[in-house]
Amino acid sequence: MAAVTDAALMVPGPRSTTQVALRWLLFAILGVFALVYLFPLFVMVVTSLKTLDEVRAGNLLSLPQNPTVEPWVSAWSTTCVGLTCEGLKGYFLNSILMTVPAVAISAVIGALNGYVLTKWRFRGDGVVFALILFGCFIPFQIVLLPMARTLGLLGLASSTPGLVFVHVVYGICFTTLFFRNYYAAFPNDLVKSAMIDGAGFFRIFWRILLPNSVPIIVVTVIWQFTNIWNDFLFGVSFAGGGGAMPVTVALNNIVNSSTGVKEYNVHMAAAIIAALPTLVVYVLAGRYFVRGLMAGAVKG
Amino acid sequence: MAVISEPAVAGRRSPFDWLQTILPKLVLAPSFAVTIVCVYGFILFTLYLSMTNSAMLPSFTWVGLVQYGKLWSDPKWTISLVNLGIYGVLYICISTAIGLLLAILLDQRIRIEGALRTIYLYPMAISFIVTGTAWKWILNPGLGLDKLMHSLGWTGFTFDWLIDGNMAIYTIVIAGVWQSSGFVMAMFLAGLRGVDSDILKAAAIDGATLPQTYRRIIIPLMRPVFLSAFVVSAHLAIKSFDLVKAMTDGGPGTSTWTPAFYMYATTFTRNQMGLGAASAVIMLATISAIIVPYLYSELRGGRRD
Repeated sequence: MAAVTDAALMVPGPRSTTQVALRWLLFAILGVFALVYLFPLFVMVVTSLKTLDEVRAGNLLSLPQNPTVEPWVSAWSTTCVGLTCEGLKGYFLNSILMTVPAVAISAVIGALNGYVLTKWRFRGDGVVFALILFGCFIPFQIVLLPMARTLGLLGLASSTPGLVFVHVVYGICFTTLFFRNYYAAFPNDLVKSAMIDGAGFFRIFWRILLPNSVPIIVVTVIWQFTNIWNDFLFGVSFAGGGGAMPVTVALNNIVNSSTGVKEYNVHMAAAIIAALPTLVVYVLAGRYFVRGLMAGAVKG
Repeated sequence: MAVISEPAVAGRRSPFDWLQTILPKLVLAPSFAVTIVCVYGFILFTLYLSMTNSAMLPSFTWVGLVQYGKLWSDPKWTISLVNLGIYGVLYICISTAIGLLLAILLDQRIRIEGALRTIYLYPMAISFIVTGTAWKWILNPGLGLDKLMHSLGWTGFTFDWLIDGNMAIYTIVIAGVWQSSGFVMAMFLAGLRGVDSDILKAAAIDGATLPQTYRRIIIPLMRPVFLSAFVVSAHLAIKSFDLVKAMTDGGPGTSTWTPAFYMYATTFTRNQMGLGAASAVIMLATISAIIVPYLYSELRGGRRD
């Protein structure tokens, strides 16, 4: 790994005053940026712990005088989403029921696709891969209308299985990309010698590739989990008014409803609840999250 | 690159061998079929719809390019395109500038680099709806930044861009940059870490100062990263729908409509399906113009080694 700074800033031994000053300036700039990035999260947490009167009386940064969890309780179980006033909990569950199967199915399919595309190559496999890959980049507006019709025909309109189907269909390209790039670097000799020993297609996958795939599985699962949990367009288009609404759509309904008093504290609590699963995953496995982002942007 | 295809078999093929050769294709087939239908088939279907007079329900009356004529003479579409221009240019430029700056600063052997990186990047893990909700509250005219500045003693301060039709699009730029600049930083940081240290040593021996080394050597070496960052953020900008929906819902009036918002609003709220389909086709064409050459060069580049 190349550290750029051997030359000037980090000369070992005594430093000149200018260097010390520069170092302080460096930390000051980085610190200010860190505060700017943390500011919205801080505001959300602080606001969610105040009563509405206190929200109106104080300012964004003023700490709650009498911290209350009332907004959280309301966001979770009593605030109104459209006409039903049962809070976010049902929609949170919808999101879990949608995300978990969609992530699992798309990851399994992607792993098998990546395996075929790198270890069982055939004429035209490059074209097949390119065709699948392009699907990652289309604006989903282009498929909304036919997909809505298809879900209707399949009897899956406004249902969680319908959303799972959609997320699997448009997630395969990413999972295939991830596994294909990972398996491309996996030694072919191991696969060959297993073939000579008479191991079949699935046995080679199960015994040789899969045990060595933990890092890419983690990357794929995190990427898919984040994307599917955070999706709004498919949720609002295919389950907008119904009982299968995911949490992002419900959050938007709470915040942008035109009726009643704007309960900013409840909005903030609801927003944190909707963001919590992906934030937790990010904090626990940030390294893999970054790797997924990179793999999605820069192909090998 | 060694290519493994069908296992070598001597003599007659047993059904088992036949299965082994057909199996990989069978495994890939469903994904391929789904892609052909749900990506390419659906694109064609939308293209077809854009040439019919479909309104609330799809209709199959062919009208040619009438919807496209309507689209380009619709002032709301003009607003959407202008907004995409403003948003796209500012979002891409500011994110790239901040991302590059932070990456260079973080690359100076900072002891708490890991913690800072985590802080800069966490917005990327959050949904645009949450980001929009948070910024909508922060920029709330009266209760948000306004009030904060007043209580800090700056009583003349007003910030009402959210309800000002001329300025509202810039609030979306603010939230968008906050969300994605950390990602651009991560891309640049990875690029900086890949710079060959010999080049830097050579530069140091030649007496180049640190700013010179960055300006003349390192930043020019980052060209591929600039390209990737541009492609990713342009792609995100063209698709920007969630953030607009959460922050302004297209308002005030129609002042923050973007093409993605236009497509959704005309199709689902205003029941002009043909027109919505036409706008989706234009979106796809725009994204393809950026993505296809990029993918082509990436895939070809990958094949060379």
